[in-house]
Amino acid sequence: MQRLSLAAIGTAAVALLATACTGSSPAPQANDDATKPVTITFWHGWSAPSEAAAIDANVKAFEAKHPNIKVKVVGNINDDKIKQALRAGGPNSPDVVSSFTTDNVGSFCTSNVFADLKPFLDKSGIDVDKTFPKALQDYTQYEGKRCALPLLNDAYGLYYNKDAFKAAGITAPPKTLSEFDKIAKQLTKEKGDTYSQLGFMPNFHGYESTTGHFAAMWNPTYLTPEGKSNLAGDPAFANMLKWQKNLVESLGGYAKLEKYRNTFGDEWGAKNPFHTGQTVMSIDGEWRLGMAKDAGVKFDIGVAPFPVPDDQADSYGKGYLAGTIIGIATPSTKQNAAWELVKYMTTDTEAVVNFSNGIRNIPSTLEALKSPNLKVDENFKVFLDIAQHPKSNTTPASPNGGAYQLTFQGFAYQHEAGKVPDLAAGLKKTDEQIDKDLAQSR
Amino acid sequence: MTSPGLRRKHRQDALRTVAFLSPWLIGVSVFFLYPLISTVYFSFMRYDGFTPPVWTGLKNWSYVFSDYPFFWPALRNTLWLVIVMVSLRVVFGLGIGMLITKVKTGAGFFRTAFYLPYLAPPVAATMSFVFLLNPGTGPANNILGAIGLPQPGWFNDPAWSKPALTLLALWGIGDLMVIFMASLLDVPLEQYEAASLDGAGAWQRFWFVTLPNISPIVLFAVVTGVIATMQYYTQPLVAGKVASGVIGGSGQQFEPGYPEKSTLTLPQLVYNLGFQRFDTGGASVVALVLFALAMLFTAILMRRRSGFLGND
Repeated sequence: MQRLSLAAIGTAAVALLATACTGSSPAPQANDDATKPVTITFWHGWSAPSEAAAIDANVKAFEAKHPNIKVKVVGNINDDKIKQALRAGGPNSPDVVSSFTTDNVGSFCTSNVFADLKPFLDKSGIDVDKTFPKALQDYTQYEGKRCALPLLNDAYGLYYNKDAFKAAGITAPPKTLSEFDKIAKQLTKEKGDTYSQLGFMPNFHGYESTTGHFAAMWNPTYLTPEGKSNLAGDPAFANMLKWQKNLVESLGGYAKLEKYRNTFGDEWGAKNPFHTGQTVMSIDGEWRLGMAKDAGVKFDIGVAPFPVPDDQADSYGKGYLAGTIIGIATPSTKQNAAWELVKYMTTDTEAVVNFSNGIRNIPSTLEALKSPNLKVDENFKVFLDIAQHPKSNTTPASPNGGAYQLTFQGFAYQHEAGKVPDLAAGLKKTDEQIDKDLAQSR
Repeated sequence: MTSPGLRRKHRQDALRTVAFLSPWLIGVSVFFLYPLISTVYFSFMRYDGFTPPVWTGLKNWSYVFSDYPFFWPALRNTLWLVIVMVSLRVVFGLGIGMLITKVKTGAGFFRTAFYLPYLAPPVAATMSFVFLLNPGTGPANNILGAIGLPQPGWFNDPAWSKPALTLLALWGIGDLMVIFMASLLDVPLEQYEAASLDGAGAWQRFWFVTLPNISPIVLFAVVTGVIATMQYYTQPLVAGKVASGVIGGSGQQFEPGYPEKSTLTLPQLVYNLGFQRFDTGGASVVALVLFALAMLFTAILMRRRSGFLGND
């Protein structure tokens, strides 16, 4: 009998322990009074002094408009920290959270890490369609659930060295991929088993030369309406991979390009290969303008939309879009106050414009894009236009974050290295793998 | 048979024993049993850390073993590192320890020189190695090229990435060197003298005198080395990220195990599944595999041995 009691107590204790930290408590209701004095915590990922200064100025402007709400700002946060902190909960976890990547919006929404913003938007009378560009609306929601809003935007385009273009007698940036391939080859100067100058680094490890950024030029459909992977179903992916492989071959081959890539400096530092002249053209976001200036680049920088496939010449001007997102942590007990900050930072035209001017990102609202207070020069305007192009697109949210992109990119590495004998069969197999990963996450 | 007073005394003795054991009991329960039971529990659940866990039976196990493309490469890499890296570290640590105990002058300098790298932070040490072994600009390949030797791709070549990690581990040999030196200095000198009088050469003295005396320390080094290699995370992760060139992108999931999954280890999968994909169930399965492997290796290494105590 005594043994039975001990066993029962032991079993109960184990069951209690095993369920003790399963985080199954219901989400707090947004019933706090946002007019009362309150302090909220805001986590963001910016860390560079100029960026941190811009975000601090933005928060100070908010506090001036909402004297009862104090904001405790915590910088240099990434998504892994966000997930861990929100899982743990507690009084030190954030109320407002921003993330540099759109990849995790699907998992943030499905797992309820971020609160549903629809009730807040309705309460404030904000029409999302009239406030944000379409692509930005897409990457901040998942399966109809809006758990985030865009906080500035990134657009990708073609950077080129105007001096090198001039020296080669090239008068205008390429608009189609066949023009681009020809120019890339023309600007490439081989030197033994390496290069003294490369027209363009097409290898998928070449910093922003990623599958997602290239594929955007074909307006791909990554997932079917049923949520299945569509790499084999949409010819955009095979066409992109074929184009990239052809360019790799024409510029000297995968191994030679990889060897040259290993001589590149840090992507985010002064020794970026575009800054140093190792590459004449590159695909990159609008932030490169400021970085190149900070690095003291001597040559004249040109910017244009990335070239489009020849059969889609009418869609020239589009590009890949992404950006920072912001949401309210579900465990927060100050959600109404948190919403005031989110609303201000994402929809107040003056705030969005000032922040855009501060960190040189693209504004994320339709009003801010047209604002006369926006500091626009010739190059920055190119990115503003890409951001507003109707065919500009992004990678869709998924329940396991960017895992499907990684799987596709893994396949692309094999393809560029010449290790894929049958492209169609390879894409089909990659679809199967992505579907298995998605099934596991649902 | 027993009087109430004796029973009371027995009870008091038992309570006292439990009281003395309680720090250990609490520690084991909170930091070992509870996490272990939770991990087993979650391995059968669909659990993202936020919504309540849902029973899914063997789904997580099936996914990890059959459908998760990183599991088998990570397991193979981990086993490679356990066999090659641990063995080389033990041999190298013992060799350096023996050399330094034999040095007549400047022993302090050599001891410090070999121990210092062990104190380098793993991230900084790994980044330095990636730059030193950079196939395009690194001095190592420049030197190899200058003397007409082949120039490997090191961290950028799947065939050379694990040997490069092994080199990094050998560079930081200071921990093993110190414990081997301590054990070598503990070997009774009269045993060496007796062996020399019997005509034993250097190799015979090592084999019949040194090794039997330090065998518990060798076993200790192997067992702790195996367990540490099972948990090998920072160095391969940093090496893969830096060598791939993808060191930015805050929050983005990054290519695991660059190049071509060759630097993937099982702890990286626990992080990838548990903290990046919200898949606590899958991460628990990998963690349990790690636990089982560590137990298995330890049991094999310690079977029919008197453990770390030696034979005396």
